[in-house]
Amino acid sequence: MDAHHWQNLVVAVLVSGAVVAWLRARRSDLWRDAGRQVVKRRPLACSVVAFYSVLALADAVSWKSDDPDCAGLSQHKPRSVIDRAFRCDFQERSYSAPLADREFYGGNELTFPGLHPMGTDIRGRDVLHLALKGARIALLIGGFTSLIVIPLALFFGISAGYFGGRVDDAVFFVISVLSSIPGLLLLIALIMVLGHGALQVCIAMGITSWVGFSRVVRGETFKLRELEYVQAARALGVSEFKIIWRHIVPNLMHLVVITFVLLFSGLVLSEAILAWLGIGIDGSWGQMIDMARDELSRDPIIWWNLAAASIALFGLILAVNFVGDAVRDVLDPKTLREDA
Amino acid sequence: MLAYVIRRMAYGFVTVLGVLALLFFLFFLYATPDEMARRSLGEKAPPQAIHDWVVKHGYDKPAWSWSDPKESQLYNHYHSMLTFNFGTSDADDSLIAPQIRKRMIPSLVLTLPLFFTGITLGIVFALFVAYFRDTYIDRMGVVIAVLAMSVSVLLYIIGGQYLIGKLLRWFPISGFDPDPALIARFMALPWAIGLLSGLGESVRFYRTVFIEETSRDYVRTARAKGCGDGRVMGAHVLRNAMIPILTRVVVSIPFLFMGSLLLESFFGIPGLGSMMVDAIQGNDFSTLRVMVFISSLLFIGGQIATDISYTLADPRVRLD
Repeated sequence: MDAHHWQNLVVAVLVSGAVVAWLRARRSDLWRDAGRQVVKRRPLACSVVAFYSVLALADAVSWKSDDPDCAGLSQHKPRSVIDRAFRCDFQERSYSAPLADREFYGGNELTFPGLHPMGTDIRGRDVLHLALKGARIALLIGGFTSLIVIPLALFFGISAGYFGGRVDDAVFFVISVLSSIPGLLLLIALIMVLGHGALQVCIAMGITSWVGFSRVVRGETFKLRELEYVQAARALGVSEFKIIWRHIVPNLMHLVVITFVLLFSGLVLSEAILAWLGIGIDGSWGQMIDMARDELSRDPIIWWNLAAASIALFGLILAVNFVGDAVRDVLDPKTLREDA
Repeated sequence: MLAYVIRRMAYGFVTVLGVLALLFFLFFLYATPDEMARRSLGEKAPPQAIHDWVVKHGYDKPAWSWSDPKESQLYNHYHSMLTFNFGTSDADDSLIAPQIRKRMIPSLVLTLPLFFTGITLGIVFALFVAYFRDTYIDRMGVVIAVLAMSVSVLLYIIGGQYLIGKLLRWFPISGFDPDPALIARFMALPWAIGLLSGLGESVRFYRTVFIEETSRDYVRTARAKGCGDGRVMGAHVLRNAMIPILTRVVVSIPFLFMGSLLLESFFGIPGLGSMMVDAIQGNDFSTLRVMVFISSLLFIGGQIATDISYTLADPRVRLD
């Protein structure tokens, strides 16, 4: 199997997982109401997030085809849905301004005059195309890292909070060691050691961000363990594993959702910093912004690359922040109590 | 109290040992000395060159030996870190410790004013917004804060440098001069940008804290006995919100000394932050290791200090 087949498989698994989660959530009144309320509170932000997700999905599914129009370089490369929305080999030789007919430097005729709505970058690639493709990287950073963070944090947090004693001491020690190294420094050190690349960046971000959530889970499990229904289950002889799975984990799910949404924007923003340090993920918006350092010092300046990437990044982060606030307001019992 | 402080410090020391163990695992066991040599010499370096590099930087010893513990990497690692003999940089073989001492000053010049004005402005704005809770001023404040925190720091820096440094030419784009007469001119732009980029997030955080406090009974009591609004917010609410504020402030203490990575390298300030960036770009593992160690040392020290300061801020907290 080629790389793009694996990618398609991962996407299929993720999408079916999301569909299953959605179907299960629909069956419970709590989650259905919560979902409705979030959408009702922030309809615009929710649709923006949905739009970005669709973009990311469209870029994540790719296949090869022998397109007769596509005789150039990318004939034998797998192309995603987003790639297919643009013309094949939609490329110039160098910078060109938005909708320009000629190259920015030298003034040679473009291959596709007037067809690049956001211009082209230093290697002549269409900026709009790159900005749209960046959505996949951003969602990969947020989504994949959360897939690492949430199970890790749940496992360690629950075992520390539920079993207490030695287990708690050990987990708490690991938590205090990891959290006493400032996040960005640990992240950089991890990436330096693990090596560069998308997977490594996500793993490093996962290792640095599970700690905070784990601490919350641990505290919450302490409280849940003492509740009557958990004690009743224990008195009835229900096994520890089953108590955790049936009584503890479902009562932590709201925290999982809140953390997922709140973590997301922080992760994407810190990838931008990593990209600037030269250890980010290829094709991210951070990398596009990073190129602007050079582009803004030219005369006349090249602004479209920076503008496209920052608008795309800003739009996603803003929408996620608003949705995150709404999710927290809806799901957090503390604020619910305040309203009542 | 004294017993608590001693116990807390002992736990802090154990945590430091844990941090060192993690660093040892990452920098010696996971990334082996050979790999470090290859990173800094290039992938295609001949084996002899790699061997020479490893020997020269003292990475040729065994990770641990039972017969002669003093001649092992692990012993060396702990010994050099705990005695603050940081050794030499992997990149240019200069001593790390004097470098750090020299570069700490520009970092502090950048971060100290930023730290204090950031906290003050954040708290003042948040008190203002929280006072008008559930009015349109509050909602506007929150929306502006969320907007401000959704912009990447990179964009603040790039935009600020371009707009103020290049178009308006109010301040130099970058540079540093230790001369007191010139320092403010060079630092004005990084200060302003650093302040602006952090303000949204901190206003939002402090607002949440204050809002939680304003719904408490003592606020109503204070109002009932005729306290003015200014006094309620400034004396009662602020005083009671001290614990979350202190916790948040301590988290940023390591960055006082380490400087701000991005600000320093964008503005050409020769502090510890730009030293980190140089270390990252030059694959300088030994400097990186030292920086991570020092920052976590500062963080652990800061945590102990906060725990103690809780008792000063809030007489309800008793440490024992």
